[in-house]
Amino acid sequence: MTAPEEYGSGSDYSEEYWVDWFLGAKGNEYFCDVEQDFILDRFNLTGLQSEVEHFQLALDLITDELDLEEFSEDHRYVLDESARKLYGLIHARFILSPRGLQKMLEKYKNSDFGRCPRLHCNLHPLLPIGIYEKQGQGTVKLYCSKCEELYNPKSIRHSNIDGAYFGANFPAMLMQTFANIIPAKPKEIYVPKIFGFKIHEQAKLARWKEKKRSEMEVRLSKDD
Amino acid sequence: MGDAMDVDNPRNPSFDMVNHANNASANASANTSKDKFTRYEESDATSDSDDSESWISNFCSQPGYDYFATVYEDFIEDDFNLTGLGALVPYYKDSMELILDIEPEEPTNLPNMNNIEQSAELLYGLIHARFIVTRQGLEFMARKYECKHFGVCPRTFCEGTSLLPTGRHDLPGYESVRLYCPCCGDLYVPPNSRYHHIDGAFFGTSFVGLFLQMFPDVLKECEPRRGKSFQLTLFGFKINEKSKAGPRMKWLRDVPANQEELEVDDPKDDANLTKLNDNSDNNSAMSISVHK
Repeated sequence: MTAPEEYGSGSDYSEEYWVDWFLGAKGNEYFCDVEQDFILDRFNLTGLQSEVEHFQLALDLITDELDLEEFSEDHRYVLDESARKLYGLIHARFILSPRGLQKMLEKYKNSDFGRCPRLHCNLHPLLPIGIYEKQGQGTVKLYCSKCEELYNPKSIRHSNIDGAYFGANFPAMLMQTFANIIPAKPKEIYVPKIFGFKIHEQAKLARWKEKKRSEMEVRLSKDD
Repeated sequence: MGDAMDVDNPRNPSFDMVNHANNASANASANTSKDKFTRYEESDATSDSDDSESWISNFCSQPGYDYFATVYEDFIEDDFNLTGLGALVPYYKDSMELILDIEPEEPTNLPNMNNIEQSAELLYGLIHARFIVTRQGLEFMARKYECKHFGVCPRTFCEGTSLLPTGRHDLPGYESVRLYCPCCGDLYVPPNSRYHHIDGAFFGTSFVGLFLQMFPDVLKECEPRRGKSFQLTLFGFKINEKSKAGPRMKWLRDVPANQEELEVDDPKDDANLTKLNDNSDNNSAMSISVHK
């Protein structure tokens, strides 16, 4: 957290590994540490050349092969942008790999992605998800595996992260891989009351939902 | 979308303007967020020594107390509205004097002052819960609702629907304030921890219901956003319901296609439900409870 937020604001930058600096920057708490081996395997980067400008330089920057001092201020800024983008896109692929899933599972258990704001979910930890696979189409959302809903991140610095850096498949992949983390689903429905009496329309809707849930449970028990 | 939930987000100035209008001390500079923050700090540090503002407007402008409406003094002065509160609030008389800015006849000794301030907060909260279910109170809260003073729904598909504060108990001391979204009909925990010490009883259980009855347009406006729900996919494929990781919560966000479908109370449907009940084996986890 103490690392400089903006690039170029301190000399510490050159002494640190780029990935460490990136992960320490404010707002990047959702990202996990992508392993060097994964980044260096060209097979994992297939197709990213066309997605990111200055691909090779950005890759060199991420892997600390590049000395930024050689570049002018403007160039550094552009390269830094590209490197962030590239890291994000590699990250989306990495978190679907077994090692990446394991790392994200740890972060999930630590509630690094925040907790579900829904009362009946009892502060269940959330998972990051992008609705779109392509970058620039939507920001990151948070998925609650208890109520199966999408939520917006609380803080602005998280709600501006591109959803493509996490991908649309990650929560489903995590649930498929670690079936033991699938939580019990809540059943409560809130019906507003006036002086203790339920409101007719709302209560009717709640009964209908209850019926839908019963039907689903019957369907599921039949198939066993 | 998430900006209203952000910790550092300056509050909408219009609410403060309402406060100021009460004691006619509003000045144009109060509109800038910078001024507001300095005012917050002042109200923190000097608490009640500021003579230019009444206790009530001071109370409501503290950080973390911006959910509260300013209760009109006529409402507090009417004894009928306070029936029964004397039994719930210690130092009732002193705290009432504090709220109404009446100089006490004999000066209170300092150690008591802290207790009285706490009692005043409790008393004001309980009066507040009664005030916001009156016509004036509901209208006041409607203005706050429109300015999104209670935040917006964190759920993505509610697209920033304004929230309403509510409690699940009418007696103080049970649970802190919760937020109700008229679009998804769900309860949420306030995102900022500074609201976590505010008692839900200060808003009461009936406010949301009455608000929706009083302003039916609120529900109508939410209509187009209803029924949208999210389905988890893996490489573009939906996950089958039979899978262990399959969807289990679709019922929560589904809306009936037409009005007839809603009539679960029909005897015909009741028969269906009993049939369903019989079909479900003796699996206890799958037991069906039908609320009547």
